[in-house]
Amino acid sequence: MKQGLFTITENTALTRDMYKLVLAGDTSDITAPGQFVNIKLNGFFLRRPISVCDSEPGKLTLLYKVVGRGTEAMAEMKTGETLDILTGLGNGYDVTKAGDRPLLIGGGAGVPPMYLLARKLIAQGKHVTVIMGFNTAAEVYYKDEFEKIGATVFVTTADGTQGIKGFVTAAMSEVGDCTYIYTCGPEPMLKAVYNASGVSGEYSFEERMGCGFGACMGCSCKTKYGNKRICRDGPVLTKEEIIW
Amino acid sequence: MNTKITLSGVTLKNPIIPASGTFGYGYEFAELYDINVLGSLSFKGTTKEPRFGNPTPRIAECPSGMINAVGLQNPGIDAVITEELPRLRSVFEGPIIANIGGFSVEEYVHCSERIDKEDGVAIIEVNISCPNVHGGGMSFGTSPEAAAEVTRAVKAVTKKPVYIKLSPNVTDIVSISKACEEAGADGISMINTLLGMRIDLKRKQPIIKNKMGGFSGNAIFPVALRMIYQVYEAVKIPIIGIGGVSSAEDVIEMMLAGARAVQIGAANLVDPFICRDIVNDLPNVMKKYGIDDLESIIGGAH
Repeated sequence: MKQGLFTITENTALTRDMYKLVLAGDTSDITAPGQFVNIKLNGFFLRRPISVCDSEPGKLTLLYKVVGRGTEAMAEMKTGETLDILTGLGNGYDVTKAGDRPLLIGGGAGVPPMYLLARKLIAQGKHVTVIMGFNTAAEVYYKDEFEKIGATVFVTTADGTQGIKGFVTAAMSEVGDCTYIYTCGPEPMLKAVYNASGVSGEYSFEERMGCGFGACMGCSCKTKYGNKRICRDGPVLTKEEIIW
Repeated sequence: MNTKITLSGVTLKNPIIPASGTFGYGYEFAELYDINVLGSLSFKGTTKEPRFGNPTPRIAECPSGMINAVGLQNPGIDAVITEELPRLRSVFEGPIIANIGGFSVEEYVHCSERIDKEDGVAIIEVNISCPNVHGGGMSFGTSPEAAAEVTRAVKAVTKKPVYIKLSPNVTDIVSISKACEEAGADGISMINTLLGMRIDLKRKQPIIKNKMGGFSGNAIFPVALRMIYQVYEAVKIPIIGIGGVSSAEDVIEMMLAGARAVQIGAANLVDPFICRDIVNDLPNVMKKYGIDDLESIIGGAH
């Protein structure tokens, strides 16, 4: 974990409530896709944990959903402002487990960490398929970005206004065989993916956090391998250890 | 410039102590900085049996603070002594405060007996004030008789100084602190969190699964300060001040109210380097206010 000051270079809306925040700063502590950062906001006591969408030396990209007063304040932030951010939090996804044909499944605000993961896996020569699940066409974001880096993309919408009608599991049957599943999204979606998948995989969980780095025990969960802290031992759990 | 203070014969190089439950068993923070700069540290509240704690969500934000309902998650006294304490000793050479929780007098006694044999532990801090556990916990901290009973029982089984950690969720904290002193307590740690609540406007339900939890952070500083000031006038034993401290100025203010040392809690969770930074700032702030020796300002506002 590192504490650093980042400068906002872009903060724009992708959809009605999803925003793209691009920051300049030291990203050297971000070592795996699926990790998150924790952002200090003026006027708010707790930091805001946001998953890493993309990270390159000196450049950090975060996609966040406006869900409350903290993220509403983030949406108002301007280019040039600086933010105090803790980076390199959480375990992240293990890219060595992917096999040749990994399947990446993101639901709603769970899509962003799939981007850096897809980029890393494609760089390793993997054939990457991404399923992105949304409620409706107006919520869809980042489809082009995934296609641009060479991923095969399936979009599902619950109301059928774009792509396959239904939940992400509707697309899983169309994708066919895969070697491993990486997923992030609302817990009911994770559970549906878990039940529909025939292969092992890694599932990223969300929980209200205090510190984000393992000190307060605010986000503990039980697993088959003992108690874990979502922020430090997670947010990524392996399929084998999850207790629903 | 002297930042040294003593607590019941234990010398601390400075009065800065991370509070129990916000610093784990130290080693996460030891990865970030050399925690030997700290005066002491109070480790995560430990009970006789391992505990998972309460269901999640356990955390809610507040203006200038937060609510937690962790519920004393810990691996139990046996694992703490065989695993956590040796690991903590490998990264921290200073005096350790062992924070003990319990649900019965027998449990407090059991944990204190075990801790009494541990050389690295300088002080036992008895938490009779956790608001997040049912069937005990805080109930010992809400009556002078029960607080005195726990104090006497623990004192009977250890030679180490015993500090009783008090709850602010009482009508008269002064009478409880006096009861602890009369029962033989070597010191008072105060205050634990204030019972609080938040409601999620979208779900129209409490944010915390347990409905209520302990409110901490900058917002509670004036409440803690007032209670320390009151208790300082009523007892002769040392007070470790706790509650909303997040700067060297806060440390000095709390010492002026009567604290001999100061614990930093919720601030660690939003700024993991805060204790180190306060240790570094302290001499400058002392100079600014014309203070040469911290011992000389304890209770100075009375």
